[in-house]
Amino acid sequence: MKKLIISSSPHIKSETTTQKIMLLVIVSLLPAVVASGIFFGMRALALIGVCCASSVLFEFLCRIIMKREQTISDLSALVTGLILALNLPVTLPYWMAAVGSFIAIVIVKQLFGGLGQNFANPAITARIALMISFTAPMTTWAVPKYWSSDPSLFTGAISDTNTVITGATPLVSGNTSLTDLFLGNVGGCLGETSALALLIGGLFLIITGVISASTPVAFIGTVAALTYVSGGDVPYQLLSGGLFLGAFFMATDYATTPVTVKGKIVFGIGCGIITFIIRNFGGYPEGVSFSILLMNILTPYIDMFTRTKPLGIVKPEKEVKKDAE
Amino acid sequence: MRKLNSIHLNHFKNTAEIKAVKLPTPSYVKIPMSMHMGASCTPTVKKGDKVLVGQKIGDSDAFFSAPIHSSVSGTVKDVVDYRLINGMVCKAVEIETDGEQTHIECSPPEIKDKESFISAVKESGICGLGGAGFPTHIKLSPKTPVDTLIINAAECEPYITADYRLMLERPENVLGGIKLIMKYLEIPKAIIGIEGNKPAAIEQFRKLTENDENIIIHTLPSTYPQGAEKVLIHSTTGRIVMEGQLPSDQGVIVMNVSTAAFIYKYTKTGMPLTNRRITVEGSAVKKPLNVIAPIGTMVAELLRFAETDMDKTDKLIAGGPMMGSCLVSSDTPVVKTSNSFLAMTGYQEPKTTACIRCGRCIKACSMNLMPTELEKAYLRKDTAALESLKVNLCMNCGACTYVCPANRKLAETHQLAKAIMPKKKK
Repeated sequence: MKKLIISSSPHIKSETTTQKIMLLVIVSLLPAVVASGIFFGMRALALIGVCCASSVLFEFLCRIIMKREQTISDLSALVTGLILALNLPVTLPYWMAAVGSFIAIVIVKQLFGGLGQNFANPAITARIALMISFTAPMTTWAVPKYWSSDPSLFTGAISDTNTVITGATPLVSGNTSLTDLFLGNVGGCLGETSALALLIGGLFLIITGVISASTPVAFIGTVAALTYVSGGDVPYQLLSGGLFLGAFFMATDYATTPVTVKGKIVFGIGCGIITFIIRNFGGYPEGVSFSILLMNILTPYIDMFTRTKPLGIVKPEKEVKKDAE
Repeated sequence: MRKLNSIHLNHFKNTAEIKAVKLPTPSYVKIPMSMHMGASCTPTVKKGDKVLVGQKIGDSDAFFSAPIHSSVSGTVKDVVDYRLINGMVCKAVEIETDGEQTHIECSPPEIKDKESFISAVKESGICGLGGAGFPTHIKLSPKTPVDTLIINAAECEPYITADYRLMLERPENVLGGIKLIMKYLEIPKAIIGIEGNKPAAIEQFRKLTENDENIIIHTLPSTYPQGAEKVLIHSTTGRIVMEGQLPSDQGVIVMNVSTAAFIYKYTKTGMPLTNRRITVEGSAVKKPLNVIAPIGTMVAELLRFAETDMDKTDKLIAGGPMMGSCLVSSDTPVVKTSNSFLAMTGYQEPKTTACIRCGRCIKACSMNLMPTELEKAYLRKDTAALESLKVNLCMNCGACTYVCPANRKLAETHQLAKAIMPKKKK
């Protein structure tokens, strides 16, 4: 007879693994990837490739240098690279994108201990760092060119104004039709233009149970409510900029957002308020990234105050009162 | 009413449609003197003694205990030291059987009132047959008034169908036991909680209780852990057993369906607890079945009877796959609380990776605990945090470990954490 294995219960496991969750996130981002290809041409796909490849490479090297177990197979680096790419304008030089990957993977993620340990969302922090460091290229939003295959565009020259028409994001110009906004036929970052593609991906994540609907509903709902109260154009505010990308894919990042449903709702409302304030009163046209980063910092405190109440316990407040008496 | 968290499991109830069979009398049994919660018994027989089926072979003066009876007829081979699954050492009586299964002369116990009922229950050697093995006569002596008897027929662990088969094959015993308890403890109402994945049992009991308004059949959702005492009480009555309370503090007694059925059988025959219905299952088992086996039968015997490929077996579990314990060897006897043995092949310990804070464990915990936070508190040996996160409420159902995508051993950690908690001053 073989030697029997002794281990503690339970002896069965669900099929869900970290890797499978990451794979579902990648699948959910595919509509946005396809949309970016349709609207911004081959260079968009090339930029996504650069971000993904460099992210995985940085994670691989980092784990070697840190003498830690290799973790690229959990696919989290690929997800980070993909989300980062969707946060960049199509005309951004490849090397700047790689710098973004470095910030996301090495500085924000691995230096804090790797997957699950980082306090800030890697892709968002990288986007903000790039925005502050390379303001001009990061705010040059190309207008969709439908499958543009111009070689100069593909190789990365961005100065040629004949091939690239740059324009302001609709949040600045404010003269795009709602249908274009919904489908994504507007200027902006790769992934934030097509609300439709993001919505499909977001719903996919909710249906497959990867994310809970509470964060996006609270986030988008708060922006909608505040816009409505202040007399703004609600559909316009919801569909433009990075709101959907942020609400569905970045404000739902496990590591950097609260763990309980109550906490997620608080997080979403907080993001919504900050986004609204920055969009209306701030110096930047877009506030989604900043709002998520700021709320990331508050996450440990939200967690502390939104713990679940174990079944059948007497409320601690009452005990405190008794002691005081 | 608030819904408690739970998880969905594959049921694997492959033995549900197979009638239970009686195991041929084994040639040898080993009966440990400690088979459930409470004081262990002292053997009342010695080497060379002849014993009969139902003869008392172990007893204890302690109130929190139950006597032990021989399950076979034969000769006591020896009284030895035996190490239990939980690591404790107790005496065990080894008996070589004569194959006759001659039983003691037994007659139905005389029951007149509550006291004689409870002392009869104690004499029968019964303890909670659901797994924890709480001595039944103590459960039937609540200090506070009880208005509802809840019969636990959830059987929420995958694979196990022992209770289900009993419900189908011996419904008269189940209902008889319920009525006895209601009568002598003056409990006005009984609820039988059965998971929705057992429609045949639900239908049968609905029919049998048609004219009885006081016995209610409650269909439970087929989720895990429905059979956990606090969860079952909440599902059937909406009551919440507060921290530190017993179910009777909320006016309920919860009893396993097999326990109730046995009590009835005992009052009719006077034959003490000597055998158990056991599900033998698992990927190494060629002929999965429910078997009625004498207590003390070696697990190896059951596995052989179910045509188990022992060369392929790499994990042997006593109990269900969610809460059962691993056995070191198949040379382990069946005890009073045994309800299942699972022989598994191709087991691979899943690799533990970093916590991604997905919160699945929190959504799985029916006690509303935060397993991920508890784990972190344990790792930094923070007993104050463990206390405020209520590690003591964890019932080790294993749902958190089951759902964890990073394969973290959360339930195990909680048990380790309980061990480092300072003893409470009373």
